[in-house]
Amino acid sequence: MTQMKERLVQLEVLRYNPDTDTEAHFQRYEVTCYEEGVVLDALNKIKADIDPTLNFRWSCHMAVCGSCGMMINGEPKLSCHTFLREYEGVIRVEPLAHFPIERDLVTAPDDFMEKLKRVKPYIIPKEKKPISEGEYKQTPTQLMKFRQYSMCINCMLCYAACPEYGLDPQFIGPAALTMAHRYNQDSRDAGREERQEVVATHEGVWTCTFVGACSEVCPAHVDPASALQQMKITSSIDWIVEHLIPGGKK
Amino acid sequence: MSRRPLVRECPPTTWYFRQPRYLRYMSREITSVFVGAYCVLLVVGLQRLSAGPAAWEAFLLGLRSADSIVFHLLALAAAVYHATTWFNATQKAMPIQIGEDFVPGNVISGAHYVAWAVLSVVILYLAGVF
Ligand code: SF4
Ligand code: FES
Repeated sequence: MTQMKERLVQLEVLRYNPDTDTEAHFQRYEVTCYEEGVVLDALNKIKADIDPTLNFRWSCHMAVCGSCGMMINGEPKLSCHTFLREYEGVIRVEPLAHFPIERDLVTAPDDFMEKLKRVKPYIIPKEKKPISEGEYKQTPTQLMKFRQYSMCINCMLCYAACPEYGLDPQFIGPAALTMAHRYNQDSRDAGREERQEVVATHEGVWTCTFVGACSEVCPAHVDPASALQQMKITSSIDWIVEHLIPGGKK
Repeated sequence: MSRRPLVRECPPTTWYFRQPRYLRYMSREITSVFVGAYCVLLVVGLQRLSAGPAAWEAFLLGLRSADSIVFHLLALAAAVYHATTWFNATQKAMPIQIGEDFVPGNVISGAHYVAWAVLSVVILYLAGVF
């Protein structure tokens, strides 16, 4: 077997211990990693060989579970999907922006989870049919209408990228609103009106100013910005029908 | 063990220096100042026109000043930047699905450029340029 090439990596990691600290501070580490390694590998090496007190989340190491999101040189990234060879010099690693820091690189996702619940991210059928009547069928065309928006891995990188969420934590935010769009677009679903109570509000799509950062950082190519703009258009049409067209609904 | 998460505030006035993409966003937002100013100028022009030939001539003379030409060049650059970034964004806001496939984004944006060109020619024609 040929020898794998190695590289010396310097990382500056933001540390916070809720039991002893009132502020976070950077700590510098130096480790040798494989040339092909990712930032998560370097963190694991640090934890194994240098500092077992360092905390961070991860699970799949293959950009699927969405748990290893962090700021890498100021950019929200999956650390298992960020190659060390793409960086020169010291790599700055911080917890995801816009979320409270639980400990070191671990953030509290509670707010996102709450918001996800509020958009009712599940199929609300027009009428429930008994199992004996069989499945709800869908054509490939109907599937393609929402498929892209169903690829979200809940990594919250889009929240860390979104300045509107950073400035106004009431904002339901990109991934949760995109989930609403995903179900609204589903031919088996009839829950749009219920979701509109959250979507078509100031906290909903109208806080979005189309910065577009969410779509640029999304590792799953979900394109939340596109979902939100589409919901702005349909919500505006609802408003016009309701207020400006005589005999419009409501 | 109790939780004591550390909240880091997003700086309300300097956040856009944090990432180049935020600066790009802000530069696009700022173009609307020029577009707005140009609209005000048009309204002032109309008002001058209604005030009689002398007022209108003075207004036209003002437009030929160096300051005015610099402003017009800046406003033109801002309007073109604003319009092109908007056209490029339309493919996100208005995807078109045909069967299982989506119309390529550049076709949707391209259609906006074509409409822009056609409308510009129509306006120039109405203005008697051709
Ligand atoms: S939309 Fe993309 S960036 Fe946002 S949580 Fe889902 S996968 Fe992550
Ligand atoms: S560890 Fe699962 S996405 Fe990175």
